[in-house]
Amino acid sequence: MTKQQANWSPYDNNGGTCVAIAGADYCVIAADTRMSSGYNILTRDYSKIIQLADKSVMASSGFQADVRALQKVLASRHLLYQHQHNKQMSCPAMAQLLSNTLYYKRFFPYYAFNVLGGLDNEGKGCVFTYDAVGSYERVGYSSQGSGSTLITPFLDNQLKSPSPLLLPAKDAVTPLSEAEAIDLVKTCFASATERDIYTGDKLEIIVLNASGIRQEYMELRKD
Amino acid sequence: MSREAMEMPPKGGFSFDLCKRNDMLVKKGLKEPSFLKTGTTIVGLIFKDGVILGADTRATEGPIVADKNCEKIHYMAPNIYCCGAGTAADTEAVTDMVSSQLKLHRYHTGRESRVVTALSLLKSHLFSYQGYVSAALVLGGVDVTGPHLHTIYPHGSTDTLPFATMGSGSLAAMAVFESKYREGLTRDEGVKLVSEAICSGIFNDLGSGSNVDICVITKGAKEYLRNHMLPNPRTYISEKGYSFSKKTEVLRTKITPLREMVEVIEGGDAMEE
Repeated sequence: MTKQQANWSPYDNNGGTCVAIAGADYCVIAADTRMSSGYNILTRDYSKIIQLADKSVMASSGFQADVRALQKVLASRHLLYQHQHNKQMSCPAMAQLLSNTLYYKRFFPYYAFNVLGGLDNEGKGCVFTYDAVGSYERVGYSSQGSGSTLITPFLDNQLKSPSPLLLPAKDAVTPLSEAEAIDLVKTCFASATERDIYTGDKLEIIVLNASGIRQEYMELRKD
Repeated sequence: MSREAMEMPPKGGFSFDLCKRNDMLVKKGLKEPSFLKTGTTIVGLIFKDGVILGADTRATEGPIVADKNCEKIHYMAPNIYCCGAGTAADTEAVTDMVSSQLKLHRYHTGRESRVVTALSLLKSHLFSYQGYVSAALVLGGVDVTGPHLHTIYPHGSTDTLPFATMGSGSLAAMAVFESKYREGLTRDEGVKLVSEAICSGIFNDLGSGSNVDICVITKGAKEYLRNHMLPNPRTYISEKGYSFSKKTEVLRTKITPLREMVEVIEGGDAMEE
């Protein structure tokens, strides 16, 4: 008699893809708005992006219930920080907080694949990329989620300078202009939507720069 | 040396000889190859003058789209077509095989093929493979006895229906049929309803997508409408385009001349012996 295995899982994968690209004085964070379960679409209009602080924006794909819980924890911790320090958290500080929060649940993880984007203390764009348990790294660009395997090689090819493939340019940012970076992101998602069934419906793009924060939408294939 | 082992007659059905070896390999860490499944929404309905078949055009390998515009409506006979869902290789192979058998049968009998003939050949083949040939089919056609529409399941059971749907998008498509189907539809109404049902599958089922293929079969005529509808154009094409370096960078060049293995002896007697 074979050992009985658990056939209930506390996790589900709601699909979706997130991308972030850091520029000299801006940061672009984008995610699709499709939420799915198995072969079904739950909704075509779900935002995976949240603004945690003045200069920090997080996009997360994976299990959206865990993502929502994580967002609430971070928002509440940020509020406490503001009360205690009388200022907003910087993006690198938020990056560390996110890492610690994820590792706190090392033995029952948040099924969330995050990218954190924003402006660092010097006003330069920064992107931090995470795994589910908090391992993180500052990079020039990153992609997470179901379409990441389709998008990352393309970004590696187009954004060679901040690519992790060429040492030692570790946290260099792309020399592209803001408009070019947005064009690149739109192309990435249009292409990923063609080949990944979990990516599609609509693309939400957030742009952070010195003048503030801006939001843009683009239609994607709905099949 | 005499042969002790008996000559075994060739066995039909599925051969399980390698299953134990495969299990052992998987335990050792080998990743099993995945199958190309068609995800799929396929439908058929009977209208006033015949049969209309419809299908989407997406083929998936897990979460990735392997083919954005594949053909799921297969030719069986001039008056019979078959839509296939399930493992792409299985639907392709089984429809090709029965199509050939039907042709030989037509030569033998001198008559037009009947839909029930194709049905019997398909169901007996699938039954003998006990469901391992993962093909779920919607078979439709018009013959001397009239229009026919059947569904065939991987284990070999069949149904005869006025309207049918199969595949992962079958529920989405059936919802449309159950709401809007009635007997005695005209050709244009039928094509419109089939398109609606396939679109329902395309937009609501993640395993189906891209375009709508239609096949209208009537007495003595057939119309294969490949890509009848293209409701999913690419949403964004960058105006400036992208450049890719023409070749991979050459990092190092090293030429190693191959060592001469053959010694040529001038005027030797080597061949004399």
